[in-house]
Amino acid sequence: MKPFTYERAGSPAEAAAAAARVQGARFIAGGTNLLDLMKLQIETPTHLIDVNGLALDSIEATQEGGLRIGALVRNTDLAADARVRRDYALLSRALLAGASGQLRNKATTAGNLMQRTRCPYFYDTNQPCNKRQPGSGCAAIGGFSRPLAVVGSSEACIATNPGDMAVAMRALGAVVETVKPDGTTRSIPIAEFHRLPGDTPHVETALERGELITAVTLPPPVGGTHIYRKVRDRASYAFALVSVAAIVQRDGTGRVALGGVAPKPWRVEAAEAELPRGARAATAAILDGARPTHENAFKIPLVERTLGAVLAQARG
Amino acid sequence: MKFDTPATTNPIDQMQVVGHPLNRIDGPLKTTGRAPYAYERHDAVPNQAYGYVIGAAIAKGRITAMDLSAARAAPGVLAIVTAENAGPLGKGNYNVAKLLGGPEVEHYHQAIAIVVAATFEQARAAAYLVKVDYAESQGAFDLAGAKAAGLGPSQATPDARVGDFAHAFAAAPVQLDATYTTPDQSHSMMEPHASLAAWDGDRVVVWTSNQMIDWSTGDLARTLNMPKEKVRLISPFIGGGFGGKLWLRTDAVLAALGARAARRPVKVALTRPLIPNNTTRRAATIQRIRIGATQDGKISAIGHESWSGNLLGGHPENAVEQTRLLYAGANRLTGTRLAQLDLTEGNSMRAPGEAPGLMALEIAMDEMAEKLGMDPVEFRAINDTQVDPSNPDRPFSRRQLVECLRLGAERFGWVGRSARPGTRREGQWLVGMGMASGFRNNVVMRSGARVRLDGQGVVTVETDMTDIGTGSYTIIAQTAAEMMGVAMDKVVVRLGDSAFPASAGSGGQWGGNSSTAGVYAACVKLRETVAQKIGLNSADAVFEDGQVRTGNRQVSLAEAAGESGLVAEDTIEFGDLAKRFQESTFAGHFVEVGVDAATGEVRVRRMLAVCAAGRILNPKTARSQVIGAMTMGVGGALVEELALDKRRGFFVNHDLAGYEVPVHADIPHQEVIFLDEVDEMSSPMKAKGVGELGLCGVAAAVANAIYNATGVRVRDYPITLDKYLDRLPEVA
Ligand SMILES: Cc1cc2nc3c(=O)[nH]c(=O)nc-3n(C[C@H](O)[C@H](O)[C@H](O)COP(=O)(O)OP(=O)(O)OC[C@H]3O[C@@H](n4cnc5c(N)ncnc54)[C@H](O)[C@@H]3O)c2cc1C
Ligand code: SF4
Repeated sequence: MKPFTYERAGSPAEAAAAAARVQGARFIAGGTNLLDLMKLQIETPTHLIDVNGLALDSIEATQEGGLRIGALVRNTDLAADARVRRDYALLSRALLAGASGQLRNKATTAGNLMQRTRCPYFYDTNQPCNKRQPGSGCAAIGGFSRPLAVVGSSEACIATNPGDMAVAMRALGAVVETVKPDGTTRSIPIAEFHRLPGDTPHVETALERGELITAVTLPPPVGGTHIYRKVRDRASYAFALVSVAAIVQRDGTGRVALGGVAPKPWRVEAAEAELPRGARAATAAILDGARPTHENAFKIPLVERTLGAVLAQARG
Repeated sequence: MKFDTPATTNPIDQMQVVGHPLNRIDGPLKTTGRAPYAYERHDAVPNQAYGYVIGAAIAKGRITAMDLSAARAAPGVLAIVTAENAGPLGKGNYNVAKLLGGPEVEHYHQAIAIVVAATFEQARAAAYLVKVDYAESQGAFDLAGAKAAGLGPSQATPDARVGDFAHAFAAAPVQLDATYTTPDQSHSMMEPHASLAAWDGDRVVVWTSNQMIDWSTGDLARTLNMPKEKVRLISPFIGGGFGGKLWLRTDAVLAALGARAARRPVKVALTRPLIPNNTTRRAATIQRIRIGATQDGKISAIGHESWSGNLLGGHPENAVEQTRLLYAGANRLTGTRLAQLDLTEGNSMRAPGEAPGLMALEIAMDEMAEKLGMDPVEFRAINDTQVDPSNPDRPFSRRQLVECLRLGAERFGWVGRSARPGTRREGQWLVGMGMASGFRNNVVMRSGARVRLDGQGVVTVETDMTDIGTGSYTIIAQTAAEMMGVAMDKVVVRLGDSAFPASAGSGGQWGGNSSTAGVYAACVKLRETVAQKIGLNSADAVFEDGQVRTGNRQVSLAEAAGESGLVAEDTIEFGDLAKRFQESTFAGHFVEVGVDAATGEVRVRRMLAVCAAGRILNPKTARSQVIGAMTMGVGGALVEELALDKRRGFFVNHDLAGYEVPVHADIPHQEVIFLDEVDEMSSPMKAKGVGELGLCGVAAAVANAIYNATGVRVRDYPITLDKYLDRLPEVA
């Protein structure tokens, strides 16, 4: 860990301004991802801005009939919220499928959205990695790629976004609220929040320098049956091989987002028209253009089979 | 004491204390966090500094330059030791690669430097400032490639042949010829390798975490080119080892070198990401098994060849060990083939040999039973042997394999298993049962102990035996209490110090039986000393309730010891009984799994182990050993694999996020039954090992259960869903 300076921000706008002022500054929330990466010198911030005191930790109803989730709401609290459980069960289930009880007690909504890949080469600073060190190459291509992406990847990077919460948010059509260093605010639809790697895999989100997430807004509930199915090698405390977040309506229409297959929560709205025709057709449309490696090609049939089971479960 | 004739009746047979399911005497220390592990010995010496180990960034080649200047100038840095400035170093008898590499690099993450600083964070930050240039050379990392290139047996380990295997196999009416693979594994104990070293003149004391104190004391002395008497190792508590701490490793050597250079005590823990590539591993195997049998299921030919890889000077993984002994059959072929690979040293991990060997053999037996149309339990039972199949004059000392299998089948409800795979469905789950034989050889090792009796009647046992979480403290106390006729609270046990008599240490499941036998020997001597002191004939003296008695004369032990106390020391040494008799331990493992019909995820539902392993010294600690081993077996079956990057020559998933072991949610109902057994050939304790037996066969039982559930046979561990998803039935 490199020496760094530390401050507690007084307000969201001040936090953003401070982050823009200092080169190499980072926000710290629960610290469950950032501190691990700092210990391994994968992240080497010069300055930490602690956002925990910013009073962004409440969940409120919006005028439109949705929910506004503060950036600092802990994963445990979000999953347990009665409104979330009733109207956005998908989100609650995705959260509870992630990490462990201890981690969820610390992990925040914004920190979770910002969590970085679990590509094992990203974690080893002896290895080339375009995400960690732009231009150094990608050790994972041609190497151990079983856990990595099958779709949306590039010649520069085949890492996945490892999160669960964001997959549910993608299916729910969430919007990320931010404040910029100049004090202005904006709303970023979750579809546009995470970026594909292209030839800049180190750029992972739409956030600008210093921009702080203040909340995530959920639109009014859409009803339907909510299922989050996370497939993994062991029963708990593991990242998804694939995950399926589905909202299925009585008439067989619905929405699907996938985790574990792409550099971002993967949803193809246009493909959802295929859902009533079943898992095979829907998977083919959602994963159209997939370019799996030899080691992770299994993820495509796995998505199809898992989606099939999810649709069957939704039918009851 | 020499143990060279079968044990007769002795004080242990009273079983007043031995054989009872007592709680661990070190339990409260552990559950309250007061058991001090090496890295936590803040009290041991003042002024401790911190060392951070740097591992090589390449798998093979040479260091061409090392720039230490920035690191030296970093805050808090006290010293940096590299091969260049460490002075001449020797190498331990039990080490293959150097523990401080450079300029030659033998494997990835081989230690090439230690940075010592006033705080851990300073040492770590400075370590990242060390710049190393390498000239990489081409290493060999591909076992399958070496096998394909025609790797054969070596002169050092020739094939073992009985009868005419090739002919008998070819002539057998029912045949199986299948190849199985097991992956590289990492011990993944909770406590990383850790040491604190302090010099006093030309003497060094190392508080460490080590299973084998005597071996490692000798090897540290050899490495530092100093007399063994000037090296002291102290390792009273060990947070797991599984064979990964049988040896002197980087932490101890570099703590000692760092402390010498910094002129301060230095402590070092290997960071988790360093452990898989820096320490030893269980080597991957490719195993070809051929079994030939008559129509009625009698094995006529059995062949087992195993390929594994190691650094030059390392040994093969002896995965064929059990196949020499487990089943009858007149024609036999077993052998190992060793490829030279530039990966970190392959060496013992819990039940080396048998654990990976049975992973293959016991699937093969399941496949063979199916070919024969026989029940898998029955097929094993009719091929039981009470003698060493290669040498019929050599009987097993005690062998109750069939009893284990039959009792297990009865208790597990084996009759409820459908012989036709893929036929039992419960909701989303395909359900199946599997079983396997468990087998692990019993090894005995000389073991010493010192026993003191003081004026309060307290018995103190001192031996360099270790407790790696197994319960050594407790069974040693039980042994001393039984022998001296005192209550458990009158016994103090002190372990893991090279200043104490050298023991068997903890490894190869020999520790429990051998170390208690050493304590037995010392107690026999102490009983004689006590009797002599008070003028009794030791042969008829009865030690009971803190008293020693003959006829109507009775003296308390406290009184007998007097102010100055009494002390006795002895070592148990084993004669050739283990040559004349085959000493082994046996189990029947039964597993039920559910396989998700859509995703292929395997979830174990229940497990049973029935073990026959001599006298069980403490059923509670023994059970803990076995359920822990069963858990490890589930890990081996379903998740554990060091992912090898064959281009770059290293294990990529080198932390506990990437290298998965079972979590609580993976482990359901576990049951353990011990058969009532004593083995007079093993030691005066009549006990054998059990800690490794619990693992041997478990993974194959899981694999066979998956087959029974799905009808899909996977011969490649771990059995992850990607290996059979395409063979599962379509999702409805
Ligand atoms: C062992 C382990 C297992 C895990 N398993 C799972 C799992 O199964 N599924 C899963 O989804 N996740 C898993 N996680 C990841 C976990 O969800 C994240 O670590 C956590 O959500 C991060 O939240 P945090 O508040 O601690 O973030 P921090 O570590 O504090 O921050 C993470 C990043 O977010 C940035 N950040 C924080 N707050 C803001 C803000 N308001 N605006 C802008 N940027 C911000 C930080 O600068 C940093 O870059 C696991 C983590 C661990 C350690
Ligand atoms: S896949 Fe991406 S994160 Fe992984 S090594 Fe390649 S560039 Fe780095």
